Amino acid sequence: MKHELVEKNAGLLGALILVAISFGGLAEIVPLFFQKDVTEPVEGLTPLTALELEGRDIYRREGCVGCHSQMIRPFRAETERYGHYSVAGEGLYEHNFLWGSKRTGPDLARVGGRYSDAWHRAHLYNPRDVVPESIMPAYPWLFERELDGAATPAKMRALKRLGVPYADEQIDGAREAVEGTPEITALVAYLQQLGTVLEGTR
Amino acid sequence: MSDLWDNALPGFWSIWVIALTLITLVLVVWVVAANAGRDAKSDDEAPAGSTTGHEVDGIEEFDNPMPRWWFYLFVATVVFTLGYLALYPGLGNFKGLLGWSQQAQWEEEMAAAEARFGPVLDRYNDVPIPELARDDQAMQIAGRLFANNCAVCHGVGAQGGDGFPNLTDDDWLYGGEPEALLTTLTQGRRGVMPAWAHLGEEAIEELTQHVLALSNREHDAARAQSGAQRYASFCVACHGADGTGNLALGAPNLTNDIWLYRAPNQSVADAIRQSLTEGRSGVMPAQAPFIGEARVHLVAAYVYSLRFKNADGD
Repeated sequence: MKHELVEKNAGLLGALILVAISFGGLAEIVPLFFQKDVTEPVEGLTPLTALELEGRDIYRREGCVGCHSQMIRPFRAETERYGHYSVAGEGLYEHNFLWGSKRTGPDLARVGGRYSDAWHRAHLYNPRDVVPESIMPAYPWLFERELDGAATPAKMRALKRLGVPYADEQIDGAREAVEGTPEITALVAYLQQLGTVLEGTR
Repeated sequence: MSDLWDNALPGFWSIWVIALTLITLVLVVWVVAANAGRDAKSDDEAPAGSTTGHEVDGIEEFDNPMPRWWFYLFVATVVFTLGYLALYPGLGNFKGLLGWSQQAQWEEEMAAAEARFGPVLDRYNDVPIPELARDDQAMQIAGRLFANNCAVCHGVGAQGGDGFPNLTDDDWLYGGEPEALLTTLTQGRRGVMPAWAHLGEEAIEELTQHVLALSNREHDAARAQSGAQRYASFCVACHGADGTGNLALGAPNLTNDIWLYRAPNQSVADAIRQSLTEGRSGVMPAQAPFIGEARVHLVAAYVYSLRFKNADGD
């Protein structure tokens, strides 16, 4: 085939470009939709409670994902520091995922249970109070603002449509469960459950 | 943990991946071959019939092939691909001739580390903690473990902070002997001081004055006197009649100058008032699930060794 044929025929050029750029995705991404590893939750995985879900949204709002990853890679150094590597089945109910791609701070994939609630509160109020050399910003407003829970049931319904198995009672009681709770409590509840589902991972 | 990895593809999708990969490879080979062309003798002299047919003002465009080095680079990538696909997993469920996998590599790394460090840890594990605490090499290792796992709350120098116990003094909530340290590290601790706000402000004030009196601070004697009666009914079970606390419960000694919960710049009286009004809850997370029994033993020895540092003055 001559260059000319492709270069002077926009339709054919377009079709060939499509082939060239889609084959990678078709071979690497599409089969994952049918792989057990990726489609089945690990044992014991439950959807986040209303409070943890609101905590997750605060985590997103404050941009925590910009400095903290939630993805432990399968290297010994990471296992020593953070625990067992992350597996796909742990994140099945994550929409969107918060794996992150930059570690200005440490990975948080298995931070749940590592520190006490009191430590998290002190640390988020002003990181320097507990870790003098920390460069993390302080988040004092989380202690002043309260959740109203107005949007919580809607968020849970949306997640349910994406396949997160929320029970109807959970959704109905969601507003009541979070209304009037300080944001810091929600965020700490979210952090304390991170990476705690998988058995024998530490 | 190999059960976490079931990354086999259903048959159709395995064939799908193989087919797409090989088709791509064939297309690449075809494109490269189609562009190989023939060499021009020189930049100025084109072989007959090797112009593109473009001509502007008598200037013609040669249809030269790409430079050889460039062409062979493409050939090399194709050869590399074939080798890679034969040795490593890439073609669907074919594992590759080397049998390499990410998971197996991780397991090897872990096993190699265990083989290297396991015996060291085992050796230390057999040494009683007071003796181990005098072993400089062991304490160097333990110091790293402390910095990684404990310093976040207790501070790099183990001097603690508001709500996080100082480990360098001789005041212990649950005891500073080897057994107590091991229990604390292995199982964690949960200390709960209930809130007494329901007793009313006057009662809180009286109790505050009494606690101040216990540690010989300036206090209002009359109120402390009535506080003593309240203390006897509400506080004595945990903190003891003389206020020296109870190691079994982790109830702090109220007669010394050490206040676990006291914000920077807060007066002792205010700190006591706050503890009485709001209650306190201290959590030491269990460390054994994170670092294992052998390392817990080392860290316990490190915490034990802090008392020598104080005594030796270094």
